[in-house]
Amino acid sequence: MKKNEGGEWRDVFKILEKQVFSPIIKLFVIDAPKVAKSCQAGQFIILRIHEEGERIPLTIADFDREKGTVTIVFQEVGKTTKQLGAMEAGDYIKDFVGPLGEPTHIENVGNVVCVGGGVGVAPVHPIARAFKEAGNHVIGIMGARNKELMFWEDHMRAACSELLVTTDDGSYVRKGFVTDVLKEVIESKGKENIPLVIAIGPQPMMRAVCNMTKEYGIKTIVSLNALMVDGTGMCGCCRVSVGNETKFVCVDGPDFDGHQVDWAELSRRQVYFKAEEQKALEHHECKCGCGGGK
Amino acid sequence: MAEQKTKKKIIPNKNPMPAQDPLERARNFNEVALGYDEETVVAEAQRCLQCKNEPCRQGCPVEVDIPAFIKLVAERDFDGAIKKIKEKNALPAVCGRVCPQENQCEKYCTLAKKYEAVGIGRIERFCADRELQKGVTLPEVAPPTGKKVAVVGSGPAGLTCASDLAKLGHDVTVYEALHVAGGVLMYGIPEFRLPKAVVQAEVENLKKLGVKIEVNSVVGKFTTVDELMENEGYDAIFIGTGAGLPYFMKIPGENACGVYSANEFLTRTNLMKAYQFPDWDTPIKIGKKVAVLGGGNVAMDGARTALRLGAEESWIVYRRSHEELPARKEEVEHAEEEGVKFAFLTSPVEILSNEEGWVTGMKCIKYELGEPDASGRRRPVPIEGSEYIMDVDTVVVAIGQGPNPLVPRTTKGLELTSRGNIVADPETGATSKPGVFAGGDVVTGAATVILAMGAGRTAAKSIHAYLTSK
Repeated sequence: MKKNEGGEWRDVFKILEKQVFSPIIKLFVIDAPKVAKSCQAGQFIILRIHEEGERIPLTIADFDREKGTVTIVFQEVGKTTKQLGAMEAGDYIKDFVGPLGEPTHIENVGNVVCVGGGVGVAPVHPIARAFKEAGNHVIGIMGARNKELMFWEDHMRAACSELLVTTDDGSYVRKGFVTDVLKEVIESKGKENIPLVIAIGPQPMMRAVCNMTKEYGIKTIVSLNALMVDGTGMCGCCRVSVGNETKFVCVDGPDFDGHQVDWAELSRRQVYFKAEEQKALEHHECKCGCGGGK
Repeated sequence: MAEQKTKKKIIPNKNPMPAQDPLERARNFNEVALGYDEETVVAEAQRCLQCKNEPCRQGCPVEVDIPAFIKLVAERDFDGAIKKIKEKNALPAVCGRVCPQENQCEKYCTLAKKYEAVGIGRIERFCADRELQKGVTLPEVAPPTGKKVAVVGSGPAGLTCASDLAKLGHDVTVYEALHVAGGVLMYGIPEFRLPKAVVQAEVENLKKLGVKIEVNSVVGKFTTVDELMENEGYDAIFIGTGAGLPYFMKIPGENACGVYSANEFLTRTNLMKAYQFPDWDTPIKIGKKVAVLGGGNVAMDGARTALRLGAEESWIVYRRSHEELPARKEEVEHAEEEGVKFAFLTSPVEILSNEEGWVTGMKCIKYELGEPDASGRRRPVPIEGSEYIMDVDTVVVAIGQGPNPLVPRTTKGLELTSRGNIVADPETGATSKPGVFAGGDVVTGAATVILAMGAGRTAAKSIHAYLTSK
């Protein structure tokens, strides 16, 4: 939609729907027809919520080309995601640009295991759906720390051919990590029958999945969530070593062969601005007059 | 005697540009050069000899009628002067600040043979700033032609092309990937050299000409050049997507924490206003000793920005010598005045880091100058066994940028060079694809604002010819 801002018509991005999955995990459906028209599974958007805001990347969780909407699911970790989480249906996001990154490479390989950990369930969802639509038998594995952080079981059940659910603490369905479930699947189906694993979630989870599948010799694609600024290949902030080559997550990815990724380097770069992120959060909380921060 | 009376008295030196005190300005982001006042600008304009052969004009890529506007300034007709400038230059407040005048108009100034050239850029800046302050008079716009043109990229090439085409009556839409128009003028060139308010004022003037600017629109992603022509009804396209792909040294340790591309370092600071963190949300982290690799304008911008962000020491590390620095002379002088240090004939071979991945130093090798190379500059040759460790904790890589591949990669039938630049006729801006024109850094590789503007103007002329002959 276009809105008149001081005599200038510009695209604005209305939050059409908000769902609260847990106190820290939220879903927005955004009115963004330009993005919805051309986005594909595996791509991401960058948003900025207000004039002084930072640009943050979020992977696309779903889209509706006819309605012109894009769905994002995010976990509140820093200042921007907390502010975003406080917004409501009817509010506007200042900037919303995409689709960015390369789509996930979809082909019919037979069986595909799609692993979603934590908030990673959201981006893995359209990918699982696309693999199923391409004729694959898709085995979904979704995991969360506990029952409260679990969402979209129904969506995943619809997107996958079969779905396995686990919680770290056993508060729902079963106790165990996604890697435990994945191991069981590989052992029961036979590693030769699983040509491809897709894993999206927190970095330690993706790394653990890759360590395991490497032993079995199963190709594993991960979606990396590096720090970014522009998201169009301009700044190089998101660089990552893949197979000893430097790649930009924003334009060469976000999908990469997980067995080639230099995870140690990636995790060091991920905490680059940790102190600043903390400062931003405290500064923000101070402003609220809530007495928090310092 | 009679002859001497009619001859104008020559004033050998330029009127100095008032500037912020170097040590004070090195710690703030306010503009360095403060601009002439009315008396000074008239005095400077009166230095012009008004030569019949107008040598200065050959040095201007956008063909500004320099003697004419300077004459008007000397006569205090400032309104007339800016009107004259704007016949050819859509962004005078920008050009007056960032053009390398000493290599262009001022290089050819007759006075420059023996004395200092007329301060053409400074006079241009005065005229443009004065108009921005008192309100802009819009140039005439031709009646609508009914032709639609898309301009991809809102940097200097795109803005100039859009402005010229709009004045000719075409319906122009500019697509910009970032959330604000201006391209490198917004994300690259620092606030202290080119205030962002000046850029936005120029962008506003374009909008008043009827140019539509769609920000947050990454062509090559949400749509392609082919789709714009086939589905959106554009009759012609201008590609001015610039040189946005940062080059790295490809040395070990370059992905350590504390190593930035100049693009990231400057984008965080300029576009995202990290120097106002935490009031603005985007952070930047910088250590005590910063090394900026490279010797161009971007490197100078990086080194000067580092000081302003609080670095105790800011070094330019360049593998040739002072003489070969490709940066504008004024930028080098400003950097020196502000306390930027220079390590010449030096190049890094490895970036060292600690266990957490943070930069702890840089292993460098010394060079000496050998025989001239293809560029005519003496080729730097490494001195064997001269390696040493430079004590730095932040590294900014400013060794150049390539063309961003998003548009070239997704446009069918577009001829590219081996480096990925778009092949375009320098006389017309025409590419190998009918109806598609290109100009600026995406064609030439990283160059200057004014050359990009010149290319935008050239392309606008041939787009107009293309549209009116169709």
